[in-house]
Amino acid sequence: MNKKTLLALLTMLASPTGFAGEVKLTIEIPRLEVAEYHRPYVASWIQAPDGTVVKNLSVWYDTDMKDAEGEKWLKDIRQWWRKSGRSLKMPVDGVSGPTKPVGTHTSTVPVKVFDPAALPAGDYEVVVEASREVGGREMLRLPFKWDGHAAVDTATQGKTELGKIKFTITP
Amino acid sequence: MFKKSLGVAALLALSSSPVLAHRFWIIPSTSVLSGENAWVSFDAAISNNLFFANHVAAPLQSLIATGPDGKAVEVQNGKEGKIRTTFDIELTKPGTYKVASVRSMLSAQWKEGEETKRWRGPAAEFAKQNLKGKPELKVFENQTRVETVVTSGEPSNEVLKPTGKGLELVVDKNHPNDLFAGEKASFGLALNGKAAPNVKITVVKGDDRYRNEPGETEVTTNENGIFEVSFSEPGRYWLNATLESEAGEFEGVPMGSRVSYTTTFEVLPE
Repeated sequence: MNKKTLLALLTMLASPTGFAGEVKLTIEIPRLEVAEYHRPYVASWIQAPDGTVVKNLSVWYDTDMKDAEGEKWLKDIRQWWRKSGRSLKMPVDGVSGPTKPVGTHTSTVPVKVFDPAALPAGDYEVVVEASREVGGREMLRLPFKWDGHAAVDTATQGKTELGKIKFTITP
Repeated sequence: MFKKSLGVAALLALSSSPVLAHRFWIIPSTSVLSGENAWVSFDAAISNNLFFANHVAAPLQSLIATGPDGKAVEVQNGKEGKIRTTFDIELTKPGTYKVASVRSMLSAQWKEGEETKRWRGPAAEFAKQNLKGKPELKVFENQTRVETVVTSGEPSNEVLKPTGKGLELVVDKNHPNDLFAGEKASFGLALNGKAAPNVKITVVKGDDRYRNEPGETEVTTNENGIFEVSFSEPGRYWLNATLESEAGEFEGVPMGSRVSYTTTFEVLPE
């Protein structure tokens, strides 16, 4: 066994126990001057170049309503609903949570939700989709390359329903 | 030109002749749903514009709802108005539900002078009409299916399995509740349960009231009964296929067969 294979093997063995670095996602919900404002439903996920979902990172929806009434509007996060939402049982541990107010929300993605060590090298996109009741919808894509060890730092700016979006992987 | 009794108007709509613009449609309040125990409200009518009721209400009694498990679902709060029928169904479990109006009936047409006269009804009542000997008398066996599907949660295919009677949409690569603008969708068409090749299909986007051109798209099924439609714009669409053929004789009168399939579906923005 040469050194390279041994290293690869060790990496593989190490991956189930997780990634030692940190994954952070920042989503800004802009202030909107509208007569009727409801906090948006927001979903974020990582997808492969063919559009298939690799991991769901977060889903913010109205979790407070009685009889899970808030789930009625999950389908309005249209692409997320189509790609993975409709096959999930809500709530999803570590992923789903209540809607967030206007402001910048930075969260550390837990390894149990997304483990970069288990992500094969390649091109990916972080997608953030927001849909607001009596409002609009916006979907943003952040392409990134993952080679297994180099840091990822990518950001974009929304126009209507989303503000600044930032995604980092710090090994 | 036409004597507009309700019966005649309904017959004209069902005959699906291209000359007659009346279109039968069932349209859901929404076709993609999340959460538990969702309700969908439907409108059904035979009209000139999609999807605006402006002619005759669809017969409420002919509407049957089926759940993802293939079992009947109760049609609730039904009301047949003058120009529009409305009703609700409750989606108590995940999957795809179908609402359909399936009818088979006999119709006849003949000439009285310049005028074309028509009759329709159950085959057993044809003899009583004493139509034999009328000029250019011809009867038609009409088999019509008008439907739409809605989905709670993940789409399922159980209700889309062909019953084996008449023209029916068959699931190929796409599901009618999973259509997005900018994408191409592939479906199959079956006649009496078998792939229906070389059938012309007409697809029309709704809201034709707000445009001058009819905006009809025509596609034809391939040798395997498969057809593809591209949706450049989101919206609600109406799809129809009608097959006409000679069908021998009925009680000594030359008979034609008309088999038609109609559905509506939503195409969402990407």
